[in-house]
Amino acid sequence: MSFVWKRLLGTVPSLAGVIVVTFLLSHALPGDPAAYFAGPAANAVSIAEVRAKLGLDQSLPLQFLHYLGDLARGDLGHSLTTGQPVVTDLLQRLPASMELTFFALVFAVAIAIPMGVWAATRPDSLVDHVCRATVSVAAAFPTFFVGLLLVYVFYFLLDLAPEPVGRLNEILYTVPPHVTGMYTLDSLIAGDWPVLAASLAQLVLPAISLGLFALAPIARITRAAMLQSLGSDFTRTARASGLKRGKILFTYAFRNALLPVSNVLGMVFSFLLGANVLIEQVYGWQGIGAYAVNAVLASDYAAVQGFVLMMAVLYVLLNLLVDLAGTLIDPRVRFEA
Amino acid sequence: MTAQLQIENFSLVFRTRQGMVRALEDVSLWITGSEIVGVVGESGSGKSVLAYAIMGLQDAAAQVTGGRITFGGMDMLGASEEALVDVRGREIAMIFQSPRTALNPIRRVGRQIEDILSQHANVPASKLRSQAIAALERVHIPDPERRYKAYPFELSGGMCQRVMIAMALACSPSLLIADEPTTGLDVTTQAVIMDLIREMSRSSRMATLLITHDLALAGEYCDRIAVMHAGHLVEIAPVAELLHHPAHPYTRQLLAATPTPHSSIEDLVSIPGQLPDLRGDLPACRFSGRCERHAPICDERPLPWATLSPTHHVRCRSPL
Repeated sequence: MSFVWKRLLGTVPSLAGVIVVTFLLSHALPGDPAAYFAGPAANAVSIAEVRAKLGLDQSLPLQFLHYLGDLARGDLGHSLTTGQPVVTDLLQRLPASMELTFFALVFAVAIAIPMGVWAATRPDSLVDHVCRATVSVAAAFPTFFVGLLLVYVFYFLLDLAPEPVGRLNEILYTVPPHVTGMYTLDSLIAGDWPVLAASLAQLVLPAISLGLFALAPIARITRAAMLQSLGSDFTRTARASGLKRGKILFTYAFRNALLPVSNVLGMVFSFLLGANVLIEQVYGWQGIGAYAVNAVLASDYAAVQGFVLMMAVLYVLLNLLVDLAGTLIDPRVRFEA
Repeated sequence: MTAQLQIENFSLVFRTRQGMVRALEDVSLWITGSEIVGVVGESGSGKSVLAYAIMGLQDAAAQVTGGRITFGGMDMLGASEEALVDVRGREIAMIFQSPRTALNPIRRVGRQIEDILSQHANVPASKLRSQAIAALERVHIPDPERRYKAYPFELSGGMCQRVMIAMALACSPSLLIADEPTTGLDVTTQAVIMDLIREMSRSSRMATLLITHDLALAGEYCDRIAVMHAGHLVEIAPVAELLHHPAHPYTRQLLAATPTPHSSIEDLVSIPGQLPDLRGDLPACRFSGRCERHAPICDERPLPWATLSPTHHVRCRSPL
């Protein structure tokens, strides 16, 4: 238990750093926010008024204190483009991206880990080369191209997939009551099976398009970690003890390979969460990626700042989660802390 | 009847990118009852390759090119992988050097013993725990119930080797292969571990093949010693005979290079030259390049065995 507290304490410096950087970021970006807020018809006097109103005429340390105060109240400012508080916007869109990323990762893990294990049991064989070629090709195609291709084949040609209109076809189905904001989970909680099926159907193509990207790193790390634990002394002991092949492969080798794999999963997840902008565009997905891009294009500083802050916090939390998973996998990690 | 290990004219090569490595050539050895036979030689002489070949665990690049290995009447070279898996851990057990890494680092040691018991001994799940604890107790591990729950990193190197021995003996095998079991342990722990191996060998009528580079250690614990050099078995004899009347020049040089309580470090003589490269053409006697008694007749093939007594054999044309 003390390990959890130590790791939680360890996140404090990272979070402090993130807050400072996002604050400085808003000052480093080009353009004058006061002029922007004052509008095109403003003169020097009205701009100065706006500047004073925004607190931008004060010294940098004082502004930072105000920023901290706002953060403590959960206030990230208002978005220019949506007119809503940035916090509201982000909380509305984050579950959509989380859901998509989660399913993409499930897809990637379900393919890449067995592939990596399989390749490691036969290094330099045909199987190994086929696995490597497959994941490399999957990662080499641009995401938006794969996204469009899948829509063309599975929706337009084969009519297997639903129309790519976002998270749910709201003409046919009602959005489930808000609990987590993830439609699959919320419809499960509500016991609304048709909506669950419909939202899952909407997820399949974007999740695959996004997940294909993650195949290569996961498969490679799995293969390398498996090769290492299959070649280790304890695997030799297990073989000399006459244990069954499956037992050696999973209970001995694979469990030992899990630590590096779980580390890379954490990295891949946070990477996908930020990198799915294109997929969100192709599938009309109302996620945070699309929101962030629009905010940058519109010089919507508060929204950009809020997005960066949220991603950084998520990244820190995700790393914490990976570390905690590590202690479950390997007792030595617990011990060293 | 006690199972008997018989190795006859065994040869093995490694196929590598740099060519064929003749790792073992024409090796013959048998072991029976509860005797302890030492296989001694410097690094690269093929001792461990021989041990793994007995278990059928040789590297994928290895290829058996001749000879037979039989264990309790079973043809080990022709046996199916399934039959070998059944023999490993149950009839032939093995312990290794650096016991700490030889154990699964993230599995409790008690569970690792249970894995072997449930694989080979048909122990019902309800009895697994008590039998694993009994196995730990048999190798004199204090407080076995607490140690049952320990991870290898929580135990000392000597304690890990005891756990390895407990695992190896869990199914009462008739042959134990100990591959440098004391390398990496401190001197007092070495003696404790070797005493334990000897005690177990005697009490459970188990034959032991002790693989070591340490002639003094082998001299203290073995009944017979086989000396290996560059993939050849060059001399085999009862321990007193070998230590006091070595017949092969290599054995004599090994003895001269082994420290004893009565000799000082200045008395030790290093063996000139190095092991020959096992790729490409090799002389009939692989020691000829390092031998001061080398004569033209030594290069004639095949190199014969000389029998000095019914139990003392040497592979040399001009034995001492």
